[in-house]
Amino acid sequence: MAEKTKGITRRKFVVRTLLGGTGLIIGTTYLLRNPLRRKFNAFIDTGDVPYIGETDEPALWFEVTPENGIILSSPKVEMGQGIFTGLAQIAAGELDVDVQQIRVIHAPTASGNVDDFGTGGSTTIRSLWPVLRSLSATLREMLKAEAARKLGLPVSELTTEAGRVWAGDRSLSYGEIVEGVQDWASPDTPPLREVGSYPFIGRPVPRNDLADKVFGAAIFGMDATLPDMLYGAVARPSHIGARLKSADTSRAASMAGVVRICREADFVGVVATSRMAAENAKNAIEVDWDADTGWQTRDIEEMIRVGNGTPYVIQKQGNAERAFETAPGEIIRAEFKTPIGAHAQLEPNGALAWVEEDQATVILSTQVPGYTQEQVARRLDLKKEQVNLIPTFLGGGFGRRLNTSHAVEAAVMSRAVGKPVKCYFNRQEEFQNDEFRPPSHMVVHAKLSDKGGISAFEFNTSSGAVMHSFGPLPGMMRNLVGSDFGAWRGGLIQYGLIPDFKSVSWFVELPFATATWRGLGLLTNTFAIESFLDELARKAGRDPVGFRLMHIRDDAAGERLKNVIRAAAEKAGYRDEVVGGTAMGLAASTDAGSPAAHVAEVSIRDGEIRVEKVTCAFDPGLVINPDLVRAQCEGNIIMGMSAALYEEMHVEDGELLPVIYGPYRMAQMKDGPREIEVVLLQGDDAPGAVGEPPMGPIAAAIANAVTRLTGKRPRQLPIRLS
Amino acid sequence: MNVQKQQITLTVNGADHQIALEDTNTPLLWVLRDYLGIMGTKFGCGKAACGACTLHVDKEAVRSCTYPARLAEGKQITTIEGLGSREEPHPVQRAWMAEVVPQCGYCQPGFMMAAAALLEKVPEPTDADIDQNITNICRCGTYYRMRKAIHRAAAIGGTREEPLAETP
Repeated sequence: MAEKTKGITRRKFVVRTLLGGTGLIIGTTYLLRNPLRRKFNAFIDTGDVPYIGETDEPALWFEVTPENGIILSSPKVEMGQGIFTGLAQIAAGELDVDVQQIRVIHAPTASGNVDDFGTGGSTTIRSLWPVLRSLSATLREMLKAEAARKLGLPVSELTTEAGRVWAGDRSLSYGEIVEGVQDWASPDTPPLREVGSYPFIGRPVPRNDLADKVFGAAIFGMDATLPDMLYGAVARPSHIGARLKSADTSRAASMAGVVRICREADFVGVVATSRMAAENAKNAIEVDWDADTGWQTRDIEEMIRVGNGTPYVIQKQGNAERAFETAPGEIIRAEFKTPIGAHAQLEPNGALAWVEEDQATVILSTQVPGYTQEQVARRLDLKKEQVNLIPTFLGGGFGRRLNTSHAVEAAVMSRAVGKPVKCYFNRQEEFQNDEFRPPSHMVVHAKLSDKGGISAFEFNTSSGAVMHSFGPLPGMMRNLVGSDFGAWRGGLIQYGLIPDFKSVSWFVELPFATATWRGLGLLTNTFAIESFLDELARKAGRDPVGFRLMHIRDDAAGERLKNVIRAAAEKAGYRDEVVGGTAMGLAASTDAGSPAAHVAEVSIRDGEIRVEKVTCAFDPGLVINPDLVRAQCEGNIIMGMSAALYEEMHVEDGELLPVIYGPYRMAQMKDGPREIEVVLLQGDDAPGAVGEPPMGPIAAAIANAVTRLTGKRPRQLPIRLS
Repeated sequence: MNVQKQQITLTVNGADHQIALEDTNTPLLWVLRDYLGIMGTKFGCGKAACGACTLHVDKEAVRSCTYPARLAEGKQITTIEGLGSREEPHPVQRAWMAEVVPQCGYCQPGFMMAAAALLEKVPEPTDADIDQNITNICRCGTYYRMRKAIHRAAAIGGTREEPLAETP
């Protein structure tokens, strides 16, 4: 706990008074001082994605309006993970207001909120937790001080409750307090309350975006409109590595509804009066792509074989090389591989941009508002502050929106026509221009001692860029770190009692864009390691639960990991035997400090692998909202199961295929487990990572169950029978 | 550029709209979103493969991204905005609220419209009925809660109220 708040106690609060004194705005920074160095050290140890930012300008703001509105401008975006609700629950504990009274909104960059790292890495709640508490407490004390002045009473005689400051039975609402105030005293941070006294922490408060999302009122990027808006469409390649060589736009230019053809060095697009007209005209552009049509899936698989590329030792204990040479027993070896994965989020990418002379407005679904703003500004030769980036709800993020360079295209086209332009991908373009989860190849070695424990262990993982392709990551970091910590996420050995082990990450640059997919390398690396653990347990003649437990350290992290393994096994009634055609498989991982263990119950029906039930035990530390944490577990389990059983992109003559849902098979209602049981443990007194860690064990848990059913161990994703 | 436009009349959530279309093949989805500004119905794939654009045409579930708008003339079109209101939610919406189904929320209107159409035909659907009829795609993985919500909606009373007039 102390560790998590270190370095951010000297907090700077900035108070803004609205023009004419009609409210109170208070903000604070949350980026750590010298975050780069601190976090650099932290992620070397843990693989935890760092927050990176160069600014200590305030990025988190509260506004109290005379109408008694309490608005929290979130620098982080809501993409389904439930942070807007969690933030309100935390703030309410210091502000003494009902959680429903706090309105959480996406902050446009013009409001002063810019988060240079973005939303990802399961970092939002845990990074904002200490900051939001002190900001809320400070705001409360300022309101009390002003109320004391208005009531002519000492602050010590005032209390706060239900959104009002009270003196006996007299009270003022927060809105009444801010009314007309011109000057606010510069506040000190008051002591924070005990977390146990926060009324909304640990309660299943319904999501604060629930009604909007149920009644069709939530606005996503693609729903944004501006007056006089036109529609853009950009020709996009179907082949990997394709560059625009030339384009014949003559036929497109003469088509109905076309306003302008935009030919830039790096793209060709069309602006028209409707989406249909824009799409039709774009399809009529004859583009000559400079593309290599020689690539096949097997070429890509060959590139990422362990042994190619550059190796980086990411973790090491004892001397694994010597142990493999000298320790008794045979070397057990296995290989695993996983395919190219698509994000396939339902809302396609795109943006609405309006560029006037010296300022631009861009509205879109992005996980990196600050970075998107910078990209647009650079392309338009504007200052960053001249671009107002307005984030909306995301129709799925999953890491796909950590690069939104398409915002530039809408902006360039808008400047060309002098009107707002909305430009979106179609689905085929989305599939073929994704920044994919890279394929991976993993090789694992181990030796068993005569006592039946693991005496030596080596994990090698190889794939393409994951975090190295992340725009906001400073290039120097890449050079310093060498290895791609996104690619090896999930590749650290959590079995610290193995005397000699090492983990190695091989980095290969692929000929197409690869990047962040929910949990990054977590799903695939855990698939290999936890499948192999299961295999070793069987070879050692031990049960997979006890076998895991005997290799985990007794330190705090180890105890938390052991607890989730025990809890999942117990709740599921874990057994090795196949009963009634159903087998169980167990797997566990620790990601970003949050351990998760899943037991999958699997059967084979009509020749297909069926996941009947998943029992999940998860320890994200302090749970702000148990229902929403459960929802994240369920979502990770289903998305991970979909990747484990069905999803696969391939390359044929340089083309990325398939291009549509269906052929790119994903889990549907009929495939999802009939039952998902989630046990939440709280092994820490501060909130930890939630959005990705439960992704880790699911593929291995399913694979381990399939092994029990068929006697054959799955060595690759998607898992297929025969 | 002069474009020959075709006038069509659509009845959406009980209200009539006159639309001048440049392209008579324009799918209903885009007429709703880009001509009428009714944004609750979402674009997902444009090939009727994901169901994000599901709405009702004369009480039948239709994937509007491939359904030419002109075919809906003279019929009752219902979108998520007309399924129920905050004051009088459709049983499916009540159930969706109770089960806290949505995460990102983007695919949810399509699922709710598909679920409402299923309940219209099969008031008490079995799991097999749900598997067979609800074939939309959700990337957040909310299927587990959706199934519970559909059963809950059936228990509340899956029959649909008459389409409500569009509220301003």
